[in-house]
Amino acid sequence: MNALVLCIPLLPFLGFLIVGLFRNKLSRTMSGILASGFIGISFILTLVIFFSHYYSANAITYFDFISNSQYNISFSFQVDQLSTLFMLIITGVGFLIHVYSTAYMREEPPEHFARYFAYLNLFVFSMLLLVLGANYVIMFIGWEGVGICSYLLIGFWFKNNQFNYAARKAFIMNRIGDVGFLLAIFWILTKFGSADYSVVFSNSSTLSVADVTGITILLFVGAIGKSAQIPLYTWLPDAMAGPTPVSALIHAATMVTAGIYMIARSNVLFSMSPVTMDIVAVIGLATAILAATIALFQNDIKKVLAYSTVSQLGFMFVALGVGAYTTGVFHVMTHSFFKALLFLGAGSVIHAMGGEQDITKMGGLRKKIPITYWTFLIAVLAISGFPFTSGFVSKDEILMAAYAHSQPLFWLTTFAAVLTALYMFRVFMLVFLGGFRGSEEQQHHLHESPPAMTIPLIILAVLAAVGGFVQLPEIFGGHDYFNEFLAPVVPAFKHVGESLAVQEYYLLAGTVVGLLIIFLLCKKWYAVKQFEGKYTGIKNVLAHKWYIDELYDAIIVNPFNNIAGFLKSIVEKSGIDGIVNGVGRFIQYSSRQVRLVQSGMVGNYILIMVLSITVLFMVFWNQDLIIGFLQKIF
Amino acid sequence: MIALLLILIPFLTGLAAFFMREGKMARNWSLFSSLLTLLCIIALITNSVSASNASFDIAWLPFLGSRFTLAMTGMVKMLVLLNAIIYFIVFLATFKRAFVQPGRFFGLMLLMQAGMMGVFLAADGLVFYFFWELALVPAYFLCSQWGNEKRIQATFKFFVYTFLGSLLMLIGMIYLHGKTPDHSYALQSFMHANLSLSEENFLFWLFFIAFAIKMPLFPFHTWQPFAYEQSDTSITIVLSSVMVKMGLFAVLRWILPIFPHAAVSNSHIIIILGVISLLYASVIAVRQNDLKRLIAYSSIAHIGLMCAAIFSGTVPGMQGVMVQMFNHGIIVAGLWITVEVIETQYGTRKISELGGLAQKAPVLATLLMIMALGNIALPLTSAFVGEFLMFSGLFQYSIIIGAVALISIILSAIYTLNMVQNVFYGHTLPATQDAIDINRNAKFAMIILTVLILFLGFYPQPLLHLVNDSVQGVLSGLNFVLK
Amino acid sequence: MPVSYYIILASTLFCIGVAGVLTRRNAIIIFMCVELMLNAVNLLLVAFSKMQNIATPPGGVIVNGADAQIFVFFIMVVAAAEVSVGLAIIVMMYRNVHSIDINFLNRLKN
Repeated sequence: MNALVLCIPLLPFLGFLIVGLFRNKLSRTMSGILASGFIGISFILTLVIFFSHYYSANAITYFDFISNSQYNISFSFQVDQLSTLFMLIITGVGFLIHVYSTAYMREEPPEHFARYFAYLNLFVFSMLLLVLGANYVIMFIGWEGVGICSYLLIGFWFKNNQFNYAARKAFIMNRIGDVGFLLAIFWILTKFGSADYSVVFSNSSTLSVADVTGITILLFVGAIGKSAQIPLYTWLPDAMAGPTPVSALIHAATMVTAGIYMIARSNVLFSMSPVTMDIVAVIGLATAILAATIALFQNDIKKVLAYSTVSQLGFMFVALGVGAYTTGVFHVMTHSFFKALLFLGAGSVIHAMGGEQDITKMGGLRKKIPITYWTFLIAVLAISGFPFTSGFVSKDEILMAAYAHSQPLFWLTTFAAVLTALYMFRVFMLVFLGGFRGSEEQQHHLHESPPAMTIPLIILAVLAAVGGFVQLPEIFGGHDYFNEFLAPVVPAFKHVGESLAVQEYYLLAGTVVGLLIIFLLCKKWYAVKQFEGKYTGIKNVLAHKWYIDELYDAIIVNPFNNIAGFLKSIVEKSGIDGIVNGVGRFIQYSSRQVRLVQSGMVGNYILIMVLSITVLFMVFWNQDLIIGFLQKIF
Repeated sequence: MIALLLILIPFLTGLAAFFMREGKMARNWSLFSSLLTLLCIIALITNSVSASNASFDIAWLPFLGSRFTLAMTGMVKMLVLLNAIIYFIVFLATFKRAFVQPGRFFGLMLLMQAGMMGVFLAADGLVFYFFWELALVPAYFLCSQWGNEKRIQATFKFFVYTFLGSLLMLIGMIYLHGKTPDHSYALQSFMHANLSLSEENFLFWLFFIAFAIKMPLFPFHTWQPFAYEQSDTSITIVLSSVMVKMGLFAVLRWILPIFPHAAVSNSHIIIILGVISLLYASVIAVRQNDLKRLIAYSSIAHIGLMCAAIFSGTVPGMQGVMVQMFNHGIIVAGLWITVEVIETQYGTRKISELGGLAQKAPVLATLLMIMALGNIALPLTSAFVGEFLMFSGLFQYSIIIGAVALISIILSAIYTLNMVQNVFYGHTLPATQDAIDINRNAKFAMIILTVLILFLGFYPQPLLHLVNDSVQGVLSGLNFVLK
Repeated sequence: MPVSYYIILASTLFCIGVAGVLTRRNAIIIFMCVELMLNAVNLLLVAFSKMQNIATPPGGVIVNGADAQIFVFFIMVVAAAEVSVGLAIIVMMYRNVHSIDINFLNRLKN
């Protein structure tokens, strides 16, 4: 069984090696089959683990990674309910997206096609490492691994420098978070002499309040970077430069949820620090609202989805922050269904439009691409929280958890949820309803995507629709299967008592009415023939993302560049090297001066000689006096 | 006996190479010589020869109390291995290149290798000093004869600067010799010298400045970017992969055991210098336009971190430094080889004049990407292990210093990815319009390095195991003081 | 005659010599001044050697004062050798620059 567990991450790695090394020799079909096949087998192996209940609180150790007399970090995997759940998402959704990509990326030349799949496989490998690791160091290895894969895939079309900048920005912002994560790891190592989850969590009671707060805040800084929260969220919208399936896999379904995984995994530590929990909740809420407001007026279909992802991640952090870890993880799962579906749907739309991403140029696509239309509709309903879709169940639970924590939190979260419905319906209307606003050529080109793309869409649509039933509130006749499943690793969120059961009905009714109103409003505003997409006033500020990027440029990037330039050309060149060269130049200068003494005039030499002899005699005769004087001075 | 062979093989083959007129013969000869050296050290490390081969002792200058003593610890073996590997790689990667006066070039290169071998192996102060200079002199001739237009100036600065340091060390050594109980230069006697605290402190600085210049550590670093920029890339590889390690190595072998009190009491200021070195060089690297200068500054940054980690006096810090000396040597060699390929093929090193190479030279781009990832210490490259341990050590020493030093991982990502992006991605520019991919020799050399980087990144145990005795040895001396 | 007379005379001669060397530019005059200084020293040596005998305390062993006088002969021999070399240099110098002004001897400069 240990070998089987090892196979799950190793197969994608093998896929990476084979497809990557033989990228010039493999045909497109071949590399597509190989890459998807390896992920598919991993998925099946994960299912085997899932159904055979091969869970263990003990880690599977393969070999010692780093060892010294102070600590031992082993290369070991932890197969429990939490990691299995994430593995299912990663390999399952990952497999669908691989299959989708075989069609989506068909126009790439074979070697770049293969390169794409090699990166994708490497990504799955790193992500599996992240969730499988039995200590923080292995998690960090995966953590950085997914970061670099994200970098490579965002910059996949490397001829475009804009994309390269986006890729670099993503990696560097992630690195800022990684600093926090690494510091937390060092702190843990110093306190426990081990980074193993089992050791850390079982001895966590020995930590002082300051330690546990420090560690959790630093861990959260890591999560902020990876999961794109305020203030490090700006990379995620830019990351849309990558191919759309990449956005679906990395920047919606899996990598960006690594932060949630990390906090859920460390729930023992986080529960010990109320301060950190509050920070997590507040940052999550702020991000959820800020990103949702920005998403309201974006014209790029992928940008809307990107901000939507940031906002949904904010929801997850709200759930974590109020102590509902399982709810946060549950939203990761449902979100991975509907957001992957949205992105793949958007990919299908972009595919149909011949690469066009601007929603002001779309419209009325309902008839042309029906499968995409229906699946996209399901995804929109799910993310807006239409009753009994997966998104409804998970979001409902987040709201309930927030309600139990504090009223203002509940209302603000609800506000963010309303915004979610608004921007999603807006996109939906602009793309699929109204009249077509693109060029003649584009209209002619419109077509439904091939089965390799639509079948993953349909599967994900089914999951997005019914995925919530594993955790349907009991009041609707469901049961907390999901929470019970995770209970051994993550303590289940205690459901609020009977008194709040009524609230569920209010919420249900409110959701239905609210969505109806929003639907009608959006239909009136956006299901139109002409749409400019130009905004003024506050809308313009929102369309420009609150000018946050410009702000960062002004207060961080530019000053940093100036300081670097100052250090390079002033401090280094004139300062330090100036001193070094100055010493040399001084010696040269003084030797030039001293050389003048050698005038060549014999008379001068003799004069100096005579004077020196005289001085010597003087000194000789008065040496007692001089020595006495010197002694007085020193 | 093998210990002596490790010096003699490059020394004698180097002398012989001087008499070779024909380039082809000289390069085959030196490749053979480097391979032979490599086999010797591999035989020693894998224990296929008896361990008694690891040391050597013979009377040398009896009237001065100096014996020709060579001795090995795990760290020494590792650095000797690094030296052997790098030379093999350099000769392999530049195999197709025609050098002016090949006999002299290869002769001097091999002599330099012999000198560095001696530095690593010597267990006697005078022998150490002798080889320290023996390594420097060929470097002077190499840098001043094969290189770019300002090479004389750069070499002069390099030579005078490092020579100044050497002289300080020599003064220290002679003074120390007078204080040893048996008036000898042996490392063991140095450790038992009767020194007062102030004497120890004074000698510590004499030695440390010599080694700090060699490393180089801020603010003694300005010779390095200039020298690297101006000398031929194959020489730069040797300088930055192996020679700068001499400084770190010397601190570990010739300072910490001899002046433990001074090392502990001065640790704070040196760690701060190291961290300044790390951040300062990283920030400057962000704005460099010359590939060689960029890598030079990145190298200064890494060395600064290593120096700081040494003086943290912690187990992970020490372990990290030792493995990182090896890993950094390997990775930086890979980076230099790409620069060499780029410079010889496209005739420019300016980052702004390059671009779009990934389209034209995919293999080169892939290999450089791996080296670049090593440079930013990405997990599963060997550098991660070293940097993780070093940062962990610094964090143990002081949380603040650890946190400040960690900022460098952001900076290293900025400048390294900047370089990758501007050189390999984007559109092709005039200089890279007709670019062709890396040649077979350089590719082979790079693949060897890549395999090493990835293997040691995934399974660093062999390296950690090799240096284990040195870590214990160095730390036991320091712990004695701390208690 | 007290020894101080000799000392004063020798000192005067020596100072004249020094002054001559310092002030004159003619190589031959400088040369003569050097000789003058040498002879001043010689005079002093001879004087001291003579006075030393006289100054011996009564009843003591009479010290032989010939050492310094032998020195003087040495110096005279050396001076003679020096004269030959020095004059030869001056002759050569004259042949080269048609002058015996020592300020022309700065050809080594630059």
